[in-house]
Amino acid sequence: MSCDEKVDCGRRRLLVATAAAGGVAGVAAAVPFLASMAPSERAKSAGAPVEADISKLAPGQMMTVEWRGKPVWIIHRTKEMLDSLQKTDPLVSDPKSERKQQPEYAQNEYRSIKPEYMVVVGICTHLGCSPSEKFKTGAESGVTPDWAGGFLCPCHGSTFDLAGRVYKSKPAPDNLEVPPHMYLGDAKILIGEDKKGA
Amino acid sequence: MASTAEKYKSDGSLAGNALEWVDARFPAMALYKEHLSEYYAPKNFNFWYFFGSLALLVLVNQIVTGIFLVMHYKPDAALNASGVPVAFASVEYIMRDVPLGWIIRYMHSTGASAFFVVVYLHMFRGMLYGSYRKPRELIWLFGIGIFLCLMAEAFFGYLLPWGQMSFWGAQVIVNLFSAIPIVGPDLSVFIRGDFVVSDATLNRFFSFHVIAIPLVLLGLVAAHLIALHEVGSNNPDGVEIKKHKNEKGIPLDGIPFHPYYTVKDMVGVVVFLMVFTVVICFMPEFGGYFLEWNNFIPADPLKTPPHIAPVWYFTPFYSLLRAVTYPFLGIDAKFWGVVAMGGGVVIMAFLPWLDRSAAKSIRYRGKIYKTMLAIWVVGFMLLGFLGTKPPSYAFFGVIPGAPVAQILSVYYFLYFITMPWWSKADKCKPEPERVTG
Amino acid sequence: MKKLLFALLLAPLFAWANGPELHLDKAPDKSGDMAALQNGAKYFVNYCLGCHSASYMRYNRLKDIGLSEEQIKDNLLFTAEKTGELIRIGMQREDAKVWFGAAPPDLTLIARSRASEFGTGPDWLYTYLRGFYRDAERPSGWNNTVFANVGMPHVLWELQGEQVMGENHELTLAKPGKLKPEEYDAAVADLVAFLKYMGEPVSELRKTLGWIVLAALAALFVLTYALKREYWKDVH
Repeated sequence: MSCDEKVDCGRRRLLVATAAAGGVAGVAAAVPFLASMAPSERAKSAGAPVEADISKLAPGQMMTVEWRGKPVWIIHRTKEMLDSLQKTDPLVSDPKSERKQQPEYAQNEYRSIKPEYMVVVGICTHLGCSPSEKFKTGAESGVTPDWAGGFLCPCHGSTFDLAGRVYKSKPAPDNLEVPPHMYLGDAKILIGEDKKGA
Repeated sequence: MASTAEKYKSDGSLAGNALEWVDARFPAMALYKEHLSEYYAPKNFNFWYFFGSLALLVLVNQIVTGIFLVMHYKPDAALNASGVPVAFASVEYIMRDVPLGWIIRYMHSTGASAFFVVVYLHMFRGMLYGSYRKPRELIWLFGIGIFLCLMAEAFFGYLLPWGQMSFWGAQVIVNLFSAIPIVGPDLSVFIRGDFVVSDATLNRFFSFHVIAIPLVLLGLVAAHLIALHEVGSNNPDGVEIKKHKNEKGIPLDGIPFHPYYTVKDMVGVVVFLMVFTVVICFMPEFGGYFLEWNNFIPADPLKTPPHIAPVWYFTPFYSLLRAVTYPFLGIDAKFWGVVAMGGGVVIMAFLPWLDRSAAKSIRYRGKIYKTMLAIWVVGFMLLGFLGTKPPSYAFFGVIPGAPVAQILSVYYFLYFITMPWWSKADKCKPEPERVTG
Repeated sequence: MKKLLFALLLAPLFAWANGPELHLDKAPDKSGDMAALQNGAKYFVNYCLGCHSASYMRYNRLKDIGLSEEQIKDNLLFTAEKTGELIRIGMQREDAKVWFGAAPPDLTLIARSRASEFGTGPDWLYTYLRGFYRDAERPSGWNNTVFANVGMPHVLWELQGEQVMGENHELTLAKPGKLKPEEYDAAVADLVAFLKYMGEPVSELRKTLGWIVLAALAALFVLTYALKREYWKDVH
């Protein structure tokens, strides 16, 4: 800002200083209002980690637990189910799980800590519907004649395999999210917290 | 006026072009000139003239904090799992669980009291300098409308925390309507939507508090300002600055509101915010006057607190209500108490036509007016003080408060009713032609 | 004339409150004293939480008074499973009404609601918890100097011992308790400090914040006042 003869420089400086200080004060005043829209202690408490007991989960079965108001699936995968993942490798869009849809410890072939137990958030990455299980294979599944088992989202037809990986050319962009989780002994999983967080 | 103003011409910059585009379609510059840069206000405004802009500031504070409180507050009288009314618990939820929610809540609760502080001072300014007199009668009437809305807003809002004082205060005030002959009892049931103050009452009060009254209030504030800018501001000398204009038609004693009064009001705003901060951060309950102690107990319809008093800003009018203890025309005293309370507000609306003094400003009025007004102000404050106390209160333990309140109530009304005579009889000093200092 | 008006204006300030006086002892101010607050929390959990909830507080909020998540979990978590839960009690309100005549009130806000023209809420609590005495006429066997015919028995009697009301309306310790009188007063002071903290957990933060905001506004005042002077030098 140049000061020529027409402008009173002292006044201009004072005006700029006051406007700047007033602006800072205004921003500071906005803080409580914006902060109040963040999750409250109640929401955080409701979103605290949950424990799941998997001792009664038979092979080939799936259970759902609620974490932060979302369904989290725990799937006890059989040998056949695990084998099917190799078949689907070329069919899914992110076979190596390179996109950040899982914690590092689940970035592997099976997208899980222990291969037989899959823990995944049951919310389609397209627009947030919850896919339904289609564990039966082949034409019997009602999905496709060569279906290898997995999930079908009823809203827009996205399909996922048994590791939650999304099939190519479907509306959903990403694999299903694997939440942070850890084992508390053999038959207990804590969902929402891993060793890093503790 | 707006349509005849010259349209903005761009200086070629991007911002200039944008402004020209807007101004060709919307009277932006005309409004800016009419209400700010070419609104000529008398140059002799004093301390008392801060309270108008401060009232506007507090209004904005109440609206903004209110919007954010509504995001977390729940108007629900049902008991939650801990056996506490949901509404009461949601206020504590704001105070504890919502990040920085306590600041917003204290800003709102302190703002309610601050609103009445600045509005009472603003109204007193009008009485000091005769700001309600011709040609500003309508500004005064809109102002009384705003005051009535504020009282309604405060009353409805006070129920929402659903504490003991909320509940019993609403109970008492709604029961006032039952004093009206014939329709009264049904009317108070109709207002509550139930036979007692209940969830239905809470919900309708919530609706009035957050939607209905604020809409009316905003309209009245706009009308108040439009009327003010039509006739121009009064000043501490009570003389018309428009009587003496220069060759361009600008009042000789006028200065543009912007920048002169915008920079001056900013100083007032900062000082106000300092006081506001002291209350919020160091004394949010303000000794039990801004947040009453009993209101930290959830509403209990089976147990009245030992002493209920309205919040401080209602107490002068509450004293008028209590002062009436004699039946009249065969209707019981309760009804006339209600009439006195309502009349106490309404009678102020007639001020422009009751005041017959030769001078507008207190500076040029005679001894009679000064004395009458001084006693009235002291009386109003004493009525307010007595309204916070139980009826059995006695000054220094010896002078009983109830008869004092009755005498002051009579004076309150006589002041207005007899004003046409004594204000005319008052010996005024000659008003100057131009504003002084 | 002006003097008279001034005196009249001040009259409300000199008008004393009347009616029955309630004498309250001043509670020692222990706000910010973490050791005292933690000790108070311990007394609260051991002696109050059996019947009284603090249902607007969450256990994990007690990090404010210097406790860790683990400490809260191990030492205080009697009525909940997760530290994020509210401090509730298992007792049913209906049962409580039958047992005590009234449901024991929630204590989260007790230090705020007990304030009166006679003293602060903590003052009242400090006097109340030290004012129990033996009264054979009461169903619980106890009465209190500031809360006549109180429904609650003296739960801290093991610590304080038993007081009796003398002819001169003075309390005397008839049977000593586990703590000496000074120790008991100190324990009650800690408990009251904790109740005060619970009433408004942000009270220390808001004072700190107040000084910061005031300092910023003072700077803004200097600037705006200078700006006003600058513009107004043109107005004659």
